[in-house]
Amino acid sequence: MSQQAVNFCYLIAAVLFILDLKWMSHPRTAVRGNRAGALGMLIAIVATLLSGQFEWGYIAGGIAIGGAIGALAALRVKMTSMPELVGLFNGFGGAASVLVAGAALIMASSSLGEPSDRMKIATVLSALIGSVTFFGSYVAFGKLSEFLAVKWKLYPWQKAIKFGFSGLVIASVLAYVVSTGFDAYTIGMLVCAVVIGGILLLKKEAIPGGTALKMAVVVGSLAAGYLVVQNPDDPHAFWLLVMVAGVLGVLLTWSIGGADMPVVIALLNSYSGLAAAATGFVIDNNMLIIAGSLVGASGIILTSIMCKAMNRSLLNVMFSRLGPTADTPDADEVYKNVKSTSADEVAMMLETAQRVSIVPGYGMAVAQAQHAVRDLANLVEEKFGAEVEYAIHPVAGRMPGHMNVLLAEADVSYDKLKEMDEVNGTIETCDVVIVVGANDVVNPVARTDPSSPIAGMPIIDVDKARTVVVIKRSLSPGFAGIPNPLFANDNTLMFFSDAKKAFQELNTAVKET
Amino acid sequence: MTDLITLLTVFVLAIFVGFEVITKVPPTLHTPLMSGSNAISGITVIGALLLAGNADVPELGRVLAFVAVIFATINVVGGFLVTGRMLNMFKRK
Repeated sequence: MSQQAVNFCYLIAAVLFILDLKWMSHPRTAVRGNRAGALGMLIAIVATLLSGQFEWGYIAGGIAIGGAIGALAALRVKMTSMPELVGLFNGFGGAASVLVAGAALIMASSSLGEPSDRMKIATVLSALIGSVTFFGSYVAFGKLSEFLAVKWKLYPWQKAIKFGFSGLVIASVLAYVVSTGFDAYTIGMLVCAVVIGGILLLKKEAIPGGTALKMAVVVGSLAAGYLVVQNPDDPHAFWLLVMVAGVLGVLLTWSIGGADMPVVIALLNSYSGLAAAATGFVIDNNMLIIAGSLVGASGIILTSIMCKAMNRSLLNVMFSRLGPTADTPDADEVYKNVKSTSADEVAMMLETAQRVSIVPGYGMAVAQAQHAVRDLANLVEEKFGAEVEYAIHPVAGRMPGHMNVLLAEADVSYDKLKEMDEVNGTIETCDVVIVVGANDVVNPVARTDPSSPIAGMPIIDVDKARTVVVIKRSLSPGFAGIPNPLFANDNTLMFFSDAKKAFQELNTAVKET
Repeated sequence: MTDLITLLTVFVLAIFVGFEVITKVPPTLHTPLMSGSNAISGITVIGALLLAGNADVPELGRVLAFVAVIFATINVVGGFLVTGRMLNMFKRK
């Protein structure tokens, strides 16, 4: 196939990618969109493979291995583990970009003549962004799988990944250094590998001098990038950059956890795209640039939506932690008048209700309660004739859209999944709101107390509904670490229970009513 | 080799197209959007294939590209499949 024909195929693929994202704007067309994207990818790959003479061993092997792993992961993953899977896939994208840039650099320096300035700079960006993405995504994956930065006892598989990864990073760099000899670059690499491997074994999220360390590593990455531009023929410089950027990736994500996770996942998604685009500049390929920048833009938009939904800037999410302030009222004081309730009482309230809203949070995902929740909603609709809807906060869960996927898995019709603004407009007419596993996103303090750490964060105004039932195991605070006066309101009843168990009890109670 | 400014033009315009189409995606579909765009970022597979199959590239470079083919193919195959799986669950009753 001539280069012109190949480029024409790339154009078709690019159009299909854009249609993919465009058709994602509605659940009705999204399935078609995903197929268009897959078709675009197939066209791009086939055109590439027809573009010249190749030795097929690595190509066929790589596609077979990668395809098998990808298919297995995609078909077997549970919907509750979707954040982990997306985190992991982001990392693979970053790793692929680093490796392609590295291979391109090796090819360029083996042929005659010095690589162009553009290629050198693009290689630096590709290595930098790709490595930050890879190591950052590993941290995100490890935190979502709850084996990084935690104190409790781990399952054997968690231990295997945790220690295996740290060991692999250090061992592979050590092997590289021993085989190529010690110099300033390789010793630097080794130091970075030990730092990465070491931090990943820490049992807490706080790193002493974290912010200063991050700044130092940012400067270090730029310096390493400069070395690559100066010595493009020296692979040591390239790998040093990759390792320093790896330290940066680990540091940037290490202290971020819990409710801030959606921001990190979206940001890493964006990076994986930008890394691909940078790789496009390295190997002079429009297709990579177009697809990479589409993904980059997508991730940036999601990141900004997530930040707005918490009323925090990206810098604030990356560099500081939420926590109680000196003005934060004492929990015992706030919770003086908490009233608790039972399944039977809630069932009676549901019997007379006309409009019921369910507000899900991460707790629903942890308890895997989505099916029990749906059962109750269906039962209440059929038996009592009430209208039931779901009110979903943009940052509920651990990734953008997390709650929606879980509820869709439980066969909830997508027109029942309402956005925060839509629900807030008419929340006064809601007879019963059931909050399940959510806390900070329904804390009225965000509206009323300007000194609170969550001041100004848009919340679902459940306190304005007629009655609120909060299903929660205890009065423990959410991610922001502050008490929630909603729990002690006159119109709030606390149902202390595991989410799944609570809904099963409610189902029984409603059936008996 | 393509002019740098041509590549930059493509880059900037594609970012704008991305912003325009993605702003319209509703929150309900944010997870499939992420996994779907993840699959698209697997486009790096093209660069990896070109280097892994090129006999003129030194062996070390080809091995790196081979590993890149694996990673990127995981992204492509896994990404589109899992997105399809999720989207099939979004139904209106």
